[in-house]
Amino acid sequence: MQLETTINGRNVTLDFAGGEFLYETLRRYGYLSVKQGCDTSSCGLCTVWLDGKPALSCSTLTARVAGHEITTIEALQDDAREFAEYMVAEGAEQCGFCSPGFTMTVLAMKRELDNPDEAAINHYLAGNLCRCSGYKGQMRAIKKYMGVA
Amino acid sequence: MDFVGKEIPKIDGLGLVKGTPAYTSDLDIGENALIVKILRSPHASARIRTIDTSEAEAIPGVECVLTHLNTPTTRFTLAGQSFPEPSPYDRRIVDNHMRYVGDEVAIVAAVDERTALAALKKIKVDYELLTPVLNLEEALDNPVRVHPQQPFTNFPIGNDAARNIAASHYTEQGDVEGELAASEVVMEQTYTTQAQAHAMMETYRATTSFDVNGRLQVMSSTQIPYHVRRHLSRVLGIPRSKIKVLKPRVGGGFGGKQTASVEIFPAIVTMKTGKPARLVYTRQETFTCTTSRHAMQLTVRLGADRDGTIRAIDIYCLSDTGAYGEHAPTVFWVVGQKTLPLYGKAKACRYHGHALYTNKPPGGALRGYGATQGTFALESAINELAAKLDMDPTELRAKNLLGEGETHPELCGSTPGNPATLGSSSLHRCIEKGKALIGWDEKFPKVIVNDTKVRGYGMAVTMQGSGIAKIDTASVLIKLNEDGFFTLSHSASDMGQGSDTILAQIGAEVLEIDMDQIVVASFDLDTLPYDPGAYASSGAYVTGNAARLAAEDMKAQMRCAVASLQGVSPDAVTYGDGVFTIGSEKTMTLSELAQTLCSFNGKDMLIAKGTFGGETSPPPFIAGFAEVEVDLETGEAQVTDYVAVADCGTVLNKNLALIQVEGGVAMGIGLGLYEEVRYSGKGRLSTNSFMEYKIPSRLDIHSIRVAFEESYEPTGPYGAKSIGEVVCNTPAPAISAAVANATGVQVRSLPITAEKVLLGMIKNNVDPR
Repeated sequence: MQLETTINGRNVTLDFAGGEFLYETLRRYGYLSVKQGCDTSSCGLCTVWLDGKPALSCSTLTARVAGHEITTIEALQDDAREFAEYMVAEGAEQCGFCSPGFTMTVLAMKRELDNPDEAAINHYLAGNLCRCSGYKGQMRAIKKYMGVA
Repeated sequence: MDFVGKEIPKIDGLGLVKGTPAYTSDLDIGENALIVKILRSPHASARIRTIDTSEAEAIPGVECVLTHLNTPTTRFTLAGQSFPEPSPYDRRIVDNHMRYVGDEVAIVAAVDERTALAALKKIKVDYELLTPVLNLEEALDNPVRVHPQQPFTNFPIGNDAARNIAASHYTEQGDVEGELAASEVVMEQTYTTQAQAHAMMETYRATTSFDVNGRLQVMSSTQIPYHVRRHLSRVLGIPRSKIKVLKPRVGGGFGGKQTASVEIFPAIVTMKTGKPARLVYTRQETFTCTTSRHAMQLTVRLGADRDGTIRAIDIYCLSDTGAYGEHAPTVFWVVGQKTLPLYGKAKACRYHGHALYTNKPPGGALRGYGATQGTFALESAINELAAKLDMDPTELRAKNLLGEGETHPELCGSTPGNPATLGSSSLHRCIEKGKALIGWDEKFPKVIVNDTKVRGYGMAVTMQGSGIAKIDTASVLIKLNEDGFFTLSHSASDMGQGSDTILAQIGAEVLEIDMDQIVVASFDLDTLPYDPGAYASSGAYVTGNAARLAAEDMKAQMRCAVASLQGVSPDAVTYGDGVFTIGSEKTMTLSELAQTLCSFNGKDMLIAKGTFGGETSPPPFIAGFAEVEVDLETGEAQVTDYVAVADCGTVLNKNLALIQVEGGVAMGIGLGLYEEVRYSGKGRLSTNSFMEYKIPSRLDIHSIRVAFEESYEPTGPYGAKSIGEVVCNTPAPAISAAVANATGVQVRSLPITAEKVLLGMIKNNVDPR
């Protein structure tokens, strides 16, 4: 099957199989930042943006993205770099496997929330699991990045 | 010091956060590989009468179907341990005897995933159903044998398959029964711990192919690349020289990837077909078909005098190793080894029991490696003893803890008649600092918050080790490149903990160069010196010592090279900050030396090495304090504040050590409160997804406060000890004690669910308000 969509600002024609999920398609097309961590839409590792909002690519059918705008962290390297500086300053990335999906959610939060408190940050990011860090270092990095106390 | 003790960012950190391709599935050989899928047993105990793969093989795109009929019969263990490894050789690649729900029945390789999955459904298996052994309590001497044949072991580990015993252990110091009989107070309780899942974010995966030289190339997310190569060589019957192992970034391991759970399956496919093969486990397979923390039942007996002098400690343990014995003996030993020395002033101590086979998913290595289970039992018992003696539990501990400079025969590295010495400990100071931070003197044992909420306070202490004494030995190579920068090669297998960075820091410190003048190679085993891998808390201590030795060797070699070029004695050459000086005259820079040695008249490219294996395994310590708020109406417990004060010797990297502690405490809170493991009545693991098995989310982790109380370990690099595992041991017993202090309910089986607390309160019929 084929469809027209936009990935990272480029209009592309995607070949895909029926029943294929966006995660698989993106990996196949070389967007290797996109990771998968579960089979149940529970971990947030596969987070990309669909029309500028965080979406789980593991449970988004590729067939549904025709005409939409998909963004992966490959297109947001400057923003990701800015946030990454805060993360590594805390040592909070550890294994890093959850980082791209988590960072996509953080970058979306920065655009969406104004001056969030810890509870609002935790609520926004609740769907992004991390087994390494215990989340505290991530929170320190996020607060510095967001410029909130 | 310029680098040791500083907050150095992880050298790969920026790239990882930005999503740079770095992991196995990012770097392996692309879309060309066959996709490997595995048909798994739906029965906990069964024998395959017949298996018919013809329909599956007939599906276009199916390359091969492998079963017990066409795979090697060699028996082996998947445990990653230095050879001769203690774990029993009780596996085949594919067996005809199914020992748990999820055991491998057949391996299918096909051109794509859909074809492979379709082929699985076409395999016809006729099972003879056997009675499973599903309860640890019933495993010992059960007439049903999980392993009908006695597995081979490299040396005696007390295994007896006829009794379902995978391993046994007995160690006693002094006269335990005599001391217990003479004690004024004796306390006995039984504690149980669950089969915690690693739940690393990157599931298990490996890709195999033949490289241009006809060698089997294995790219794997592994903590143990050298052991993987040895396993594959043995099972596939090819020399190790014909196997190339590549270890990219690892997306979390926590000990799970100290067991080679997946590599053999794509490897046998590549051997059979000659084609590249890729296996990526689903999350469900990762939960069900790999390993988990050994579930244990531990009975602790403590004998003490009324003044709080502990006279005897006795721990009897049954460990559930499930269907296979990966790490069964060693995890079992470590339970005693990393608990008994804590209270080394006791006149007698004993640790004994068995690791038992059951028809459940296998146990394995998980951060803490037995110490976690042992700490839950012993520290809970110590807290209960303190209550019985009406003593502050911190005082009971302070009175009995082994001190710096004292010896204990159960410390790792001891030999008969030669107990190892505790070279460094600030645990007494850790306890004092933790008390101050949590407000112990004001708040212990509880604070009533309002009509429905009570906050309880509890604490625990723990120790781990730093490497495995007299066994695990690591090496590091440092090469002086032609432009004067260095390459540090090692195989300690960074899985996120930051060993690449720590080793570079040590190298930079010794060589007096900037961090960007030392690059780290840790990818291709062909180019790396031997290292057992990332386990047993060995990175900073064992490989760290090797890195320091290698860097010092390099420094000495460079001075000799300058001396030779200048025609002076090496003693006349001094080195500092990248410049060589003879007398008061600066002669050469590092860069000039390197160019001369590599290209022109020097003709002596420098490679330095360091090799280190510990004679002891210096324990790091933690004192952990939990503030737990219990909802008296629901029984729900929340850790509202956790204070962990750590002694890891010199803190090599403040940020990385801090995150290790925070992450380990969060994992320990999960063990204590959330990570419930359930099986169906027929032995199927029900908690096989993140929907069913709850790891802490960021909504569950509240305040974690960490402090370091440095000691100086004389045998460590710059005084350092390990930090990676000790961090997850204290939360469960500290939380349990806090819940007991808040509610009067002592939960002795993990996890401490709301139901257990609420039912306990109802049973006690006492309102803690």
